[in-house]
Amino acid sequence: MKGWIAFFNILMKDMKNYYLKPPNISWGIIFPVAWTLMFFIRSQTEVDVKAILPGVMSLSILFGTTSMLAVTITFERKSRSFERLLLAPIDLNLLMLAKTTGAILFGIVNAFVPVIFASFMVSLAQINWGVVLGSVVLIAITSTFLGLFIAVSVSEVFEAQTFSNFFRFPMIFLCGLFIPIGDLPLFLRPISYLLPLTYGADILKTAINNEGHIMLYVSFMILALFSVVLFAVSTNNIKKKWIV
Amino acid sequence: MSIIQVSKLTKRYDDFVAVDGVDFKIDDGEIFGFLGPNGAGKTSTINMLTGLAKMTAGSAYIAGVDCNKDMKKVQQMIGIVPDESNLYGEMSGFDNLCFCASLYGIKKKEREKRAKELLEQFGLTNTGLKPFKAYSKGMKRKLTIAAGIIHAPKILFLDEPTTGIDVESARYIRKLVLDLNQKGTTIFLTTHYLEEAERLCDRIAFIVDGKIVHIGKVDALMQEAQQKHMMQFTIDKDAEKHKAFLEKRFVDYHIKAKNDTTITISSLPMTTLMPIMQCLEETGSTVYEAKRIKPSLEEVFVKITQTASVKTDTRKGGEAS
Repeated sequence: MKGWIAFFNILMKDMKNYYLKPPNISWGIIFPVAWTLMFFIRSQTEVDVKAILPGVMSLSILFGTTSMLAVTITFERKSRSFERLLLAPIDLNLLMLAKTTGAILFGIVNAFVPVIFASFMVSLAQINWGVVLGSVVLIAITSTFLGLFIAVSVSEVFEAQTFSNFFRFPMIFLCGLFIPIGDLPLFLRPISYLLPLTYGADILKTAINNEGHIMLYVSFMILALFSVVLFAVSTNNIKKKWIV
Repeated sequence: MSIIQVSKLTKRYDDFVAVDGVDFKIDDGEIFGFLGPNGAGKTSTINMLTGLAKMTAGSAYIAGVDCNKDMKKVQQMIGIVPDESNLYGEMSGFDNLCFCASLYGIKKKEREKRAKELLEQFGLTNTGLKPFKAYSKGMKRKLTIAAGIIHAPKILFLDEPTTGIDVESARYIRKLVLDLNQKGTTIFLTTHYLEEAERLCDRIAFIVDGKIVHIGKVDALMQEAQQKHMMQFTIDKDAEKHKAFLEKRFVDYHIKAKNDTTITISSLPMTTLMPIMQCLEETGSTVYEAKRIKPSLEEVFVKITQTASVKTDTRKGGEAS
C-alpha cells in the first residue's frame, strides 16, 4: 500500500510537472498534427489516408514517449532530484514503473491525435478498435522503455536527444511503415525484424487496413517481450550505473 | 545502545580507495560529527549508509537492519538532507513537502498536516505556496531539511547543512538540529565548520584519505588540544622583531607573529602572562592586550588531518620506493 501511494504521487507529480505543461501539451498535439498534415496533404484518396494512419500513429507514439522520458529523467538526474527518489523506500521496479507510466499515457494520447484528424476525412467504421488500443498501449510501453534505456545510457539532456535519434530515425525507414519490408535491400530485412516498431506498426496495419503480414498474437508477444527485456536491462543498468 | 554499527566499510572505484576499512558506532540519540577535508571519503560513506552506493566490502547495520540485505527497510527509518538542495523547482514548498511525504507512504491528510506544521515550524508559512526555485538559499536549505524530516525519521543524515547560507539561517538550522536531537533523533552530521561541530556534536570522527584517523568525544578532543597553553598579545608594531627577541628569552615556547601587531605563544607547561608582557615592554613595545586563548577544534582538525596525510604520504613513498 505504501509503495502504491508513492507510485501514484510520482505519477501525478510527473504529469503536473512535465506532461501537462503547456509546451509539452503543444508538442503532444503539434507533433502528431504535423505528421498528420504532412502525409494527409500528400494523400489523394480515402484509401491513402487510412493507409498512412498506422504510420502516423506509430511515429507520434515513438517520438512523444522516447523524447519526453529520456529528457525528463536526464533532467532530474542533472538536478539531483532523482536521487531523492532513489533514497526513498520504494522498490526500484515500482519506482521506474511510476516514472514511465506518465510517458506511456502521454504516448497513448499522442496516438489518437491523428485518429481524430482522420475521423473528419474518412470513415473509420471498419477499424478493429480493440486491437488498435492494444497495439497503441504496447507500442507506448515499448517506446517508453526504449526512452528509459536511452536515459540510463546518457548523462546530459542533449545527449538524450541525440541518442534517441540514433534509434528513432532508422526505425522510421526500416519498420515497414513507409517502405514495405519486402522492398528493402536483403541485408536490411533482418534488422527490420529486430525493431519493436515493426511489430507495432504491423498490428496497426492489420487492425486499420487488414494489411499486416505477421500473425497478430506473434506481434503482441514480441512487443511484450521487447517491453520486458528493455525494462529489465534498464533497471539493471540503473543498479549498476546509478547505485555505484 | 548503538543505532549505527559500521565495520570494515570499504568503497573502491577501480584502483581508487575512497573509504578504507572504516569502523565506527553511533549511539541512539547522539549527534555524531563526520569531519574531513574534501575528497576524504565523507560522501562515499554517507552514500553507502543511505543506499546511493554499494559497499565494496564490510558491513553496516542501522537500527539492527543489515544495509547490505534490506536497504529499503533502512531507508524507511532514515532521513537524508543532501549538501545541495534537490527539491523540485517548479513545485511550491508545500507541494514539495507533501510529495516527499508520499514517498514514505504517508496518506494525503496526514502529509498535508505535517507539511503545514513544518512550514510553520521553519517560518516558511508565508512562502509555502511559492515555487521552490523562487526561495532564497537559506529558505531552500530550511525546506530541504523539512523534507528530510517529514516522515519523522529515527536517524537524520545531514550533509553540510549550513554551507553557503546566511548567518541567521545557519544559526536557526543549528538550533533546529539540537531541537530534533532533544526529541530523540540521532544525527549524523558532516560539516566544514569546525565551530559548528564543536557546538553541536557529542562525538566526532575525522576521516582522511578514506581512513578514520581520530574518533572521540568533543570534550576529550578539546582537552587533548588544551594540553598546550596558548596566549595572545596585541602590541603596537614590529611583531616580527619582538618575536625574535622573545624566542631568545623563552626557548621552549613556540612563538608566532600572526601579523605586525599580534604574537601568539604556545607552551606545554602552564605559564603566566606577566613575564612575557614585561619582556615585551623591555624591548620598547606597548602591550594593548594580553590574553589566554583556547585552542579551537579547527587547530585540532588541522593537526590531526596534517599528521594523517603526512603518515599516508610517507607510507606511499615507502611503498613506491
